[in-house]
Amino acid sequence: MLEFALDARRGTFHLRIETHFASDWTVIFGPSGSGKSTLLRLLAGLDREAASPPGKGRVVFKGQALTDTAEGRWLRPGHRDTALVTQQPSLFPHLTVAENVAYGLSQLERSRRGSRVDEMLELLDARDLVRRHPRGLSGGEAQRVALARALAPGPRLLLLDEPLSALDGATSDALLDRLLKWVRAQGVHTVLATHDAADAFATGAEVALLSEGRLVALGPVDEVLSQERSRLMKRLAE
Amino acid sequence: MDWQALTLTLRLASITTAVLLLIAVPLGALLVLGRSRWLALLQSLTALPLVLPPTVLGFFLLVLLGPRTAVGRGITALLGHPLAFSFSGLVVGSVLYSLPFAVQPIAAGFAAIDPPLLDAARLLGAGPGRLTVTLLMPLARRSIVAAAVLSFLHTVGEFGVVLMLGGDIPGATRTLSILLYNQVEIFDYSAASRTAGLLLGLSLAALAVIYAAGQARDPGQVLRARGGRRA
Repeated sequence: MLEFALDARRGTFHLRIETHFASDWTVIFGPSGSGKSTLLRLLAGLDREAASPPGKGRVVFKGQALTDTAEGRWLRPGHRDTALVTQQPSLFPHLTVAENVAYGLSQLERSRRGSRVDEMLELLDARDLVRRHPRGLSGGEAQRVALARALAPGPRLLLLDEPLSALDGATSDALLDRLLKWVRAQGVHTVLATHDAADAFATGAEVALLSEGRLVALGPVDEVLSQERSRLMKRLAE
Repeated sequence: MDWQALTLTLRLASITTAVLLLIAVPLGALLVLGRSRWLALLQSLTALPLVLPPTVLGFFLLVLLGPRTAVGRGITALLGHPLAFSFSGLVVGSVLYSLPFAVQPIAAGFAAIDPPLLDAARLLGAGPGRLTVTLLMPLARRSIVAAAVLSFLHTVGEFGVVLMLGGDIPGATRTLSILLYNQVEIFDYSAASRTAGLLLGLSLAALAVIYAAGQARDPGQVLRARGGRRA
């Protein structure tokens, strides 16, 4: 279970949410500017100042406090067993694909790193890219490598901030399906932020509906997004 | 040609550049990655030699490293000789005087790196040291080269600090710029022209080598890299 109480400001934007995600696969749904990315960054521990007093911040994952401003506790992003993949792949441009994927494996024995890199690239159907450099990759290829790099260290919490939105529909669906199977098999708690209701319906997940930095609803996808469902059906029928 | 002054100048510039890089890379990383409110003060102190007249800096160092202060007496006891009027003293003075010419291009280069790259590395477990070595340094290598060139050339042409702190001791503190001053003072314009030409040639050669090596294809880069931290 992932529970959190966050109160953070960024300029005029104010995010204030207190809730918990019981499901292992939660979709955060909301329009642009609703606070999805801010929330994921706070959960990942990237915006420390935003979760510091006078704001408040508490993030507890499976009983372990990752952030607790009242206690002065803040685990570094790399110490949270948490991965965050955003729309921008952010691959290290001076490293090959294999070196990018291996970047987070410094804790792993050197002899096992190569096989772990192969395993992750195989999972994301990117095995043939292993020696390439990021500048030669297409958007879809780069995003697959970014996912492989994030998954390689074996995170317990996976935060996905619209990582597939730049890809075409078929590629995105196939990748999401593959990812879903893997994280479920591995028991990785996943939170996917999206503004596309189809992603939420495709995964049949618990949905948290965000609007202007507030949690509007949390529950099964059919309940929370009933209006979105009819809108989506109408769009498909046209 | 005074080969002694030439080799001394090159030795001083090389050692100063090496020491500056060892200081400026972690300092630049601290300025860019750090969050402390004291960093503004540190940045100001680093930039101070840019606005401080070299003779003033030289005077402060001369007093600080002299026998009247505890620091000076401590260093003398440690090294067996005072730092003032010695080659080691010149290195200390040159490092302080050229510090902003090394730190500012490096910090500017580090600050220009796309922040999401740093976030990605942090999420993968990289602390400040690993971030610096695996991301900041390779991605800002042109800025580091620019910093090295600027530091080297700045030290080669340094005069005020050298004169105040080192005086004019052949083989120990007489650099090319001091030699040039001496030659002008005795109206030996022929020798002064050769020395000045050599200093000019050194500066041009160092810049040409860098540009020719393709390390900084854009001629404006060195100057732009001095522009300080990105807002």
